[in-house]
Amino acid sequence: MTATTPGFELDPRALRHLADAQVNVELDTGDMVLNIGPQHPATHGTLRLVVRLDGERVVAADPVIGYMHRGYEKLTEFRTYPQVTTLINRIDWLSSFANEVPFIWAAELLMDIEAPPRATWIRTILTELSRIATIYLFLGEMGLQVGALTPAFWAFRDRELVLNLIEAATGGRFHPNFNRIGGLKDDLPWGWIAECRRAMRRILDGCDDFEDVLVGNEIFEARTRGVGIIPAELGAAYGVSGANLRASGVDWDLRRDGRPYLAYPELDFKVWTHPDGDSFARYWVRLQETREAARMVLQLLDGLPGGPIMAKVPRIIKVPEGECWVETENPLGQMGYYVVSKGATGPFRVKIRSASFSNVSILPWLLRGVYVPDVVTILASLYFILGDIDR
Amino acid sequence: MSLAVEVPWGLILALKTLVVLAVIPLGALILGYVFLLKMMSHMQSRLGPMDPGGYHGWFQLIGDGIKFLQKEDVMPDGADRRVFAMAPLVVVMSTFLVFAVIPAGPRLVVAELDVGIFYALAVSSLSVVGILMAGWASANKFALLGGLRAAGQLIAYELPLILGVVGVVIQAGTLDLQGIVLAQRDGEIFGWGGIGNPFILTQIVGFALFLVAAQAELTQTPFDMPVAESELVSGYMVEYTGFRFLFFFIGEFGTAFAFAALASTLFLGGWAIPGVDGTAADVLGPVVLLIKVMAVSFLIFWVRFTYPRLREDQLQAMAWKVLIPIALANIVVTGVLKVAF
Repeated sequence: MTATTPGFELDPRALRHLADAQVNVELDTGDMVLNIGPQHPATHGTLRLVVRLDGERVVAADPVIGYMHRGYEKLTEFRTYPQVTTLINRIDWLSSFANEVPFIWAAELLMDIEAPPRATWIRTILTELSRIATIYLFLGEMGLQVGALTPAFWAFRDRELVLNLIEAATGGRFHPNFNRIGGLKDDLPWGWIAECRRAMRRILDGCDDFEDVLVGNEIFEARTRGVGIIPAELGAAYGVSGANLRASGVDWDLRRDGRPYLAYPELDFKVWTHPDGDSFARYWVRLQETREAARMVLQLLDGLPGGPIMAKVPRIIKVPEGECWVETENPLGQMGYYVVSKGATGPFRVKIRSASFSNVSILPWLLRGVYVPDVVTILASLYFILGDIDR
Repeated sequence: MSLAVEVPWGLILALKTLVVLAVIPLGALILGYVFLLKMMSHMQSRLGPMDPGGYHGWFQLIGDGIKFLQKEDVMPDGADRRVFAMAPLVVVMSTFLVFAVIPAGPRLVVAELDVGIFYALAVSSLSVVGILMAGWASANKFALLGGLRAAGQLIAYELPLILGVVGVVIQAGTLDLQGIVLAQRDGEIFGWGGIGNPFILTQIVGFALFLVAAQAELTQTPFDMPVAESELVSGYMVEYTGFRFLFFFIGEFGTAFAFAALASTLFLGGWAIPGVDGTAADVLGPVVLLIKVMAVSFLIFWVRFTYPRLREDQLQAMAWKVLIPIALANIVVTGVLKVAF
């Protein structure tokens, strides 16, 4: 496909070309076929990219996914509703709590239960904390992928504070499994709120550090500006969502524009966008989002209501017959669940729409004609989690 | 002044060889420990190794070395066995050869050559051959990419490196490293000879060029695309294990040590201490040189741990469009001023 980025239109011929998907890459001669992954540090997980190279230039790239497929959609059919959260925790393992929320929300909608306000607000706080924990890692990781060692360690250092908070509240650092249908397992521990305020201020400082060491760095700009430009319509057509789409100038955030959920309608926050659509824009938008999330947590802590944390829920949870589609703005993008219930203790069918899967689907288009180092930059800037691709 | 006892030339040669053989791994160890393990850890809010050896993990690298010696010697199936085995030796050898001409005192120099700096820069570029050999012989696409990148990069940065030094040579009027040190020691700043005249004062541009080009020669960030851990997973050394990898490691830090020593000799006055001469200078010289080497290495590694890496085409553009014109302009200006004063 030779279409240039700005005036790109989706014409059927181009789509057919994409559909060919270069499966026969290995049969060609002349160019060098480089197999990046599944054990390659830049793919942070088990993504495999079959890249055909002409010198250092990528002629064609073909992502091969599925090395980590764990069949969660099928497994949910053999679990009860409370058990399902254990599975979906492990989809996007960096922001497990944010994964739980939409599923629990779907179940609550089907059962017509509403969690008490305090539970909703704590859920919102923990969702935003896991957003910080996820994106903060990206802020350092991106530096690592373009060659700067130090920011990655800073990211791990400050992210530790957030993980400690999540651990203190839920008992689990990575897989909290803390949501219950109708509320939460526990209330916040004593002293947690003050600790959280301190951590958020540290996170805001840390964002300034990243801004100093990376955003203002000429080499970082040279490596990321103009690299991997996603045009807004094309991104939307591929189903790219979250910060990746907002970095292309699309002002769309499910926390604000979707069906109202959690405490977001009552919050005052800004949705950041960037007109450029390149890797730098994606980094910048995520940096702003981390700041915004930290401010949101501070705001939520100020307005945290009292009261119970569990609604009245039957001892054995049976969800009445029905279907429900929910979607939330997760750290990596749009996370959706389509839950079908036949009135049993477990779901009849669950369809998971995860952000990374759609986000990496644009890779064959995006990687064409770039240099090998840019492949890494683009992979890092799209920021996917393998568990979120393969489920 | 000559030594009171006649020492047979064979013994002197053996001693000199031993000194070179000892200095490089030792220098590599010191730089590796101080900068790679400790300074980087400090910058990244970690402690680094603390246990081995009892005090701040000083034994860590030696322990690593011992570990590498015990490792199985793995050679890839499709590798060109002889070239694969020789590549690390070539890399380390070029480092050893550089050291032979760097003076550490009025009489402490292994081989005093009239064309010392010319020789040093020439042998330092031998490592390209080793790296290219490693990249080619590994039978690995990542290694090949890394090796070719290294070749392109090292050739491009050889020029600014040499051109940056030419200013010093013009000013000192000699290619001999000992002569360059003496020229700095005996120089005067507008008639004041208190600290001699380190060439960094007049050749600050040359110093900057030399450091940037040295950074590229050492394949360190921001010019580390031949090893590029996040893309090429270590580039040309990806297939190397055990003691062969150890050679590359020694080569990497030994070369950093060598370039820092060259930079201190050329621009910071080398071993010279104002007002100290004779045997005292021979004793204090190495210490002074080591301090300067550490200072220069600090700059090199500070940049290494802070900056992201450039892309291959950006790196070439920087060498040909920025560094070389600046270097040429520097030479012209130095030449004109040399004639004028």
